[in-house]
Amino acid sequence: MHQLTIAGTAYASRLLVGTGKYRDFAETRAAIDASGSSIVTVAIRRTNIGQDPSQPNLLDALPPSQFTILPNTAGCYTADDAVRTLRLARELLDGHPLCKLEVLGDPTSLFPNMPETLKAAETLVRDGFHVMVYCSDDPIQAKMLEEIGCVAVMPLASLIGSGMGILNPWNLRLIIDNARVPVIVDAGVGTASDAAIAMELGCDGVLMNTAIAHAKNPVLMASAMKKGVEAGREAYLAGRMPRKLYSADPSSPTAGLIGS
Amino acid sequence: MLEIKINGEARQFPEALTVAELIALLGYTGKRIAVERNGEIVAKSQHGSTWLVSGDALEIVVAVGGG
Repeated sequence: MHQLTIAGTAYASRLLVGTGKYRDFAETRAAIDASGSSIVTVAIRRTNIGQDPSQPNLLDALPPSQFTILPNTAGCYTADDAVRTLRLARELLDGHPLCKLEVLGDPTSLFPNMPETLKAAETLVRDGFHVMVYCSDDPIQAKMLEEIGCVAVMPLASLIGSGMGILNPWNLRLIIDNARVPVIVDAGVGTASDAAIAMELGCDGVLMNTAIAHAKNPVLMASAMKKGVEAGREAYLAGRMPRKLYSADPSSPTAGLIGS
Repeated sequence: MLEIKINGEARQFPEALTVAELIALLGYTGKRIAVERNGEIVAKSQHGSTWLVSGDALEIVVAVGGG
């Protein structure tokens, strides 16, 4: 089976996971191990000046030698802030060019601001970044991002952190059918069946955070998500049977019944 | 007197400092951080040779949990 390949690098898992909202780094690490993910997202924030500098660091729990660290621009509302954040991230990660661009539109919906997202993508691609981009599920703008040179487009399935699942499978299919770069559903997945549905649609991967971190048992949910993604991918490759809307088709032979 | 802003907070230091010396004062030596000075990245290789001047605005960041 083909592996997920982003910017020429193949990854063992089609599940990408965030590192936010966990109780502590031990739980973060246990859940990520259970998910089987090789790409993990992180946020970039100011250090707390004055706080004990010997406190544990996320990247001690998730060493860049073992995981592909995907820095994000969560919390950025302008192209300029997103670009600045990712330049800091690249410095932090020793020049590693892979990044997750997200430019938000408003704090209630966390819906992407697409004009600013397109602007930031252009700058970052020109600057040598490999941009994986959170975007609306608009097939035209997803194509524009691909044409700018983004290495993956990542439409939302529903609002970030909402757990509402795949709300518009038709738009996702339009994006998938048109794309020549990986399409990764980013945001909205609530449980394993949502991940499977995304993969059955033909997505190349799924990125999630809250669905795992806010499950009652995050480690068990991480394992469920791994299986959901794998099951959905296999079902997509297997090709589902056609739907028959108005008639049944028995699975057992109609001939040889007793008493006939 | 060196007067600079670090992560939005005004700070004063009695003598001239390089970025590397400031990082040491803050206890971040050897930590995975990145430094931006007046909107431009200061590469790790330049920390020792970059002198801070009064009025500089620094951002010092780390990776934290996020989605």
